[in-house]
Amino acid sequence: MTFGVIFTALMALLLLGYYIGKKRSIRLSDKSNQRLHSLPQHYGYLIAFWSSAPALLILLFWSVLESSVINSAIIAQLPVQFQQSSADEVELFINEIINLSHSGVTISDEVKRHAVFYYNELIEFSNWVKSLIVFVLAFMGMFIALAFVKPEMKARNLVERLIRWSMIGCALIAVLTTVGIIFSVIFESIIFFKTVNVFDFLFGAHWSPQEAIREDQVGGSGSFGALPLFVGTLLISFVALMIAVPLGLMSAIYLSEYSSPRFRLFAKPVLEMLAGIPTVVYGFFAAITVAPFIRDLGESLGLSLSSESALAAGIVMGVMIIPFVSSLSDDVISAVPQALRDGSYAMGATKSETIKQVIIPAALPGIVSGVLLAASRAIGETMIVVMAAGLSANLTFNPLEAVTTVTVQMVALLTGDQEFDSTKTLAAFALGLGLFLTTLVLNIISLYVVRKYQEQYD
Amino acid sequence: MINIEKREEFDIKIDKTVGKPFIKDAKFSTRNVDVFYGEKQAIFDANIDIGKNQIIAMIGPSGCGKSTFLRCLNRMNDTIQDCHISGDIKLDDEDIYQKQQDPVLLRARVGMVFQKPNPFPKSIYDNVAYGAKLHGLASSKIELDELVEKSLIRAGLFKEVKDSLHKSGTGLSGGQQQRLCIARTIAIDPEVILMDEPTSALDPIATAVIEELMIDLSKKYTIAIVTHSMQQAARVSQRTAYFHLGYLVEVNDTNTVFTNPEHQLTENYITGRFG
Amino acid sequence: MISNTKKIKNKLAKRYAKEKRFQIYGLSAIAVSIAFLLSLLINISTTGFPAFQQTYINIDVNIDSKLLNLVDKYNEKALFSANYRKVVNQSLKTLFPGVKGRKQKKALRQLVSKSARYQLRDLVINNPDIINTKQSLWFLARDDVDVFMKGGIDRSLPESDRRLKNFQLVWIDKLLAENRLEKRFNINFFTQGDSREPEQAGIKGAMIGSLLTMLVTMLLSFPIGVAAAIYLEEFAPKNNRWVDIIEININNLAAVPSIVFGLLGLAVFIGVFGVPRSIPLIGGLVLTLMTLPTIIISSRASLRAVSPSIREAALGLGASRVQTTFHHVVPAAMPGILTGTIIGMAQALGETAPLLMIGMVAFIADVPQGITDPSTVLPVQIYLWSDSPERAFTERTSAAIMVLLGFLIVMNLLAVIMRRKFEKKR
Ligand SMILES: Nc1ncnc2c1ncn2[C@@H]1O[C@H](COP(=O)(O)OP(=O)(O)O)[C@@H](O)[C@H]1O
Ligand SMILES: [Mg+2]
Repeated sequence: MTFGVIFTALMALLLLGYYIGKKRSIRLSDKSNQRLHSLPQHYGYLIAFWSSAPALLILLFWSVLESSVINSAIIAQLPVQFQQSSADEVELFINEIINLSHSGVTISDEVKRHAVFYYNELIEFSNWVKSLIVFVLAFMGMFIALAFVKPEMKARNLVERLIRWSMIGCALIAVLTTVGIIFSVIFESIIFFKTVNVFDFLFGAHWSPQEAIREDQVGGSGSFGALPLFVGTLLISFVALMIAVPLGLMSAIYLSEYSSPRFRLFAKPVLEMLAGIPTVVYGFFAAITVAPFIRDLGESLGLSLSSESALAAGIVMGVMIIPFVSSLSDDVISAVPQALRDGSYAMGATKSETIKQVIIPAALPGIVSGVLLAASRAIGETMIVVMAAGLSANLTFNPLEAVTTVTVQMVALLTGDQEFDSTKTLAAFALGLGLFLTTLVLNIISLYVVRKYQEQYD
Repeated sequence: MINIEKREEFDIKIDKTVGKPFIKDAKFSTRNVDVFYGEKQAIFDANIDIGKNQIIAMIGPSGCGKSTFLRCLNRMNDTIQDCHISGDIKLDDEDIYQKQQDPVLLRARVGMVFQKPNPFPKSIYDNVAYGAKLHGLASSKIELDELVEKSLIRAGLFKEVKDSLHKSGTGLSGGQQQRLCIARTIAIDPEVILMDEPTSALDPIATAVIEELMIDLSKKYTIAIVTHSMQQAARVSQRTAYFHLGYLVEVNDTNTVFTNPEHQLTENYITGRFG
Repeated sequence: MISNTKKIKNKLAKRYAKEKRFQIYGLSAIAVSIAFLLSLLINISTTGFPAFQQTYINIDVNIDSKLLNLVDKYNEKALFSANYRKVVNQSLKTLFPGVKGRKQKKALRQLVSKSARYQLRDLVINNPDIINTKQSLWFLARDDVDVFMKGGIDRSLPESDRRLKNFQLVWIDKLLAENRLEKRFNINFFTQGDSREPEQAGIKGAMIGSLLTMLVTMLLSFPIGVAAAIYLEEFAPKNNRWVDIIEININNLAAVPSIVFGLLGLAVFIGVFGVPRSIPLIGGLVLTLMTLPTIIISSRASLRAVSPSIREAALGLGASRVQTTFHHVVPAAMPGILTGTIIGMAQALGETAPLLMIGMVAFIADVPQGITDPSTVLPVQIYLWSDSPERAFTERTSAAIMVLLGFLIVMNLLAVIMRRKFEKKR
């Protein structure tokens, strides 16, 4: 029986449980002439829960673990020379076995035929045991729970407690996600830093993660000095902020202080559309249109520009984050009390003088926090730089040259086919750790600044 | 509280302002001023003169249009989008709503102090220097320093803040903040100062300090003050105007208004029947 | 004082000029942003639009059983593996007799797409009686011919700079003269999976992949997100340290770069649980974790907006907290919750980076059948195609972007309509 069939059957049991539970509670109360503590539905919910939830949990666990257990069982009974081949080859072999067993073609190779046979046997056995356990559990849950049903049972309270705990579980998933992120990046990074010195990673100026092709090559594995990546990331983010901050801030000022309500109603959603366009689209536009345009423009000015210049990627990224800056600034500018504006106008200030000398200083903390959020966006942005920035690590502060970034290298390191714990994969996690920590710090500062600011005007 | 609207409907009519609205040698004079917020009329046909180097108090129940009227005098109503004004308002015989009149210049001549102290989020020094810097009134740093000091002295704040001129103005107490706002207003040396309930957010001691300051300032400036407190009007002003539901009901010497009001509505108000 | 007035007057003109300039800066900032948006959209649609058409070539095919190397025309296996390529090539030779030289012969064969032989095969298997007859058939043209037909190749360029040489242009002119070239709606683009040959490549695989991934994301993130929001907003004790931690946590997660979620998926789902790479199931899991904060935050906002009187009324009638919440508060907040969910889904639909981390970038020609079939998604397909230098792929990349943007626009419009309705009701 497949997962789908068992799942459907469990859902049917759930409904059945609900029905039986409801009926039984009514009957018991009639028989004993005792009022039910809760509504009959509540008893139904309880039985439904016990007849499906534990079984479902086991089903999920089994299905998740099944394939890896079966695969290792197959590998274990393979001839010795197979077991010593590389992880990639073994994976390929397993895939082939699975495909063969599905296709039903006759197989000539002895080892493979044997493996396919064994695989089919295992799958069948696993399905058998899985169904057995799941259904035994389901019926056991149903009957035991039914045995507890009595009119004086506080079913409603139990159901509500159940609901509450499952909601807490859902809220905890967010925490688990963070814990998961932290553990996975830290865990792999620790392994990485066993082979590569932390100091060399942070301050080394040479990045070439290609592993040695020949055994006798010096170093064995590439060098992992990530400084050029950090500098490249900062350079592109800096260009992006140079675009996004003035444009975003001026747009916000115009929209909140000058524009007519009608223009605002039109312009604000249009600006926000910039944030809704997928980054892969920006990346394509940057690579195909903006980068060549800027290169040609530079050439006509007598500058030599790389077609993967930090400038092109940075400009497009800047446009992408304009809405972040503008909508956050708009909020804080609107929150500046009217009394301050009036005070300034009453002194004979013009509108722009009021904005520059009173409103912006008053809104500064909020604006700064918006800029920090935008910076964290820029640093973590991936697709634009993957598609429009360079791959070769180049330690430079010149925006006309090609640079690479942390995220570009993470993608480059992980999209090839490699074993899970090669130094290259591990390096990607180390970069991920750096990225996570940087953006985390920026976000926390930004949240803190915003909170302080809100207190000021509450 | 009595339902004002209903009373007005059947027994009290306001045809024209009673008392002595007009005087010789006026600083401000308004004729036939109507003010609208969108469709809604907030001031009906206001005619009044404001005398030079005098304090005029404007009283009346809340929502009767005192602030609206005051804000007409320095064109602060221009900043409200759907606010329209008709009629004449003359400052020194010049119509301030004429095309060639500039609101920026007008507001430099007619300063304003608000109900809630609103110092800018800047240092005390910068708050006072704000107007002078905007308008380019001081030609040197020394001149500016002098101006700031002089204004703070006049506003009676200098002693308290002379060691903390570069601390934020928002850190002062309420009364000090209000005096800071007065200091920054007189730093550009206006001719008229409008005050919209300047003491309603302050405690009695701070109020007394500000009232003294007003009397002192009136030697040099013309002052129009909106107040909720009849005692305050009696203490500081020479003339008093009573507003009711957008109508200017009665204007007279303060003494007369409080001892011998002409209009029934005025009497109702000052005897505390409502407001 | 007169002197002050004069000083102010002297500076006024300058100050007003500054004012005007400032206002113009503001307006230009908006104009620049909008201009960028427009140029992006126009650029993408002008490059992408031609991809919705495709050139077909008409050839008279002599389905000769000898060429097919076919003895028994009713043996399905034999029919399946017959030599259709030879038949197609021979027909081309008949159409253009006298083509000499290996290079030219090869070019001739490449007028039609490789898919021609499969098209012919399917035709023959369906109706074996057409064997040994002459049929006039329309085949997909090669991408170069297609690009030429769409005006993408300039005749006036020197021959060496052109993808089509002079002799090829002569053939095309002949085909054109005989009405054997035709542009039709590119149905393949919507009904085929990915392919190495641009003229055969379509987005069906990616669209189904996206659909399956979104399905997983939606089924997981909506209930979990809403349940979490309900707990935090309605049940969680206020000023509790744990609740604070959860809240801060969610706010921070909302700003974690998406690529980091990919790392999580790679390390935990693939590394620890052994879920296979490249499947919609794991893509959906990763995107769920990524969209949860968005859904939780917006759901909380709409729960908060429900007027307290509804709660008080229900509680006053003796309903429990759970009943009040689920029977009265949540339904009232539902439009807002759905709006937030749609916006979260739109974000997830456009997301690329985390999916690269979990291997959804492989070249996959087959259309996935379920959430455990290897597949790719629309944005990743765009990324993959954008790497190919062929003009026909650039065109398709832009067309795929148009489709993706189309979906996003529909989703956002839906969200706007919901919000409007919601606001009217309140
Ligand atoms: N910005 C505004 N827009 C619309 N109506 C306003 C505005 N400001 C004041 N009003 C209305 O004008 C009337 C007079 O208000 P106001 O001058 O503030 O009264 P007062 O200062 O005497 O309490 C009130 O009815 C008030 O509702
Ligand atoms: Mg008022």
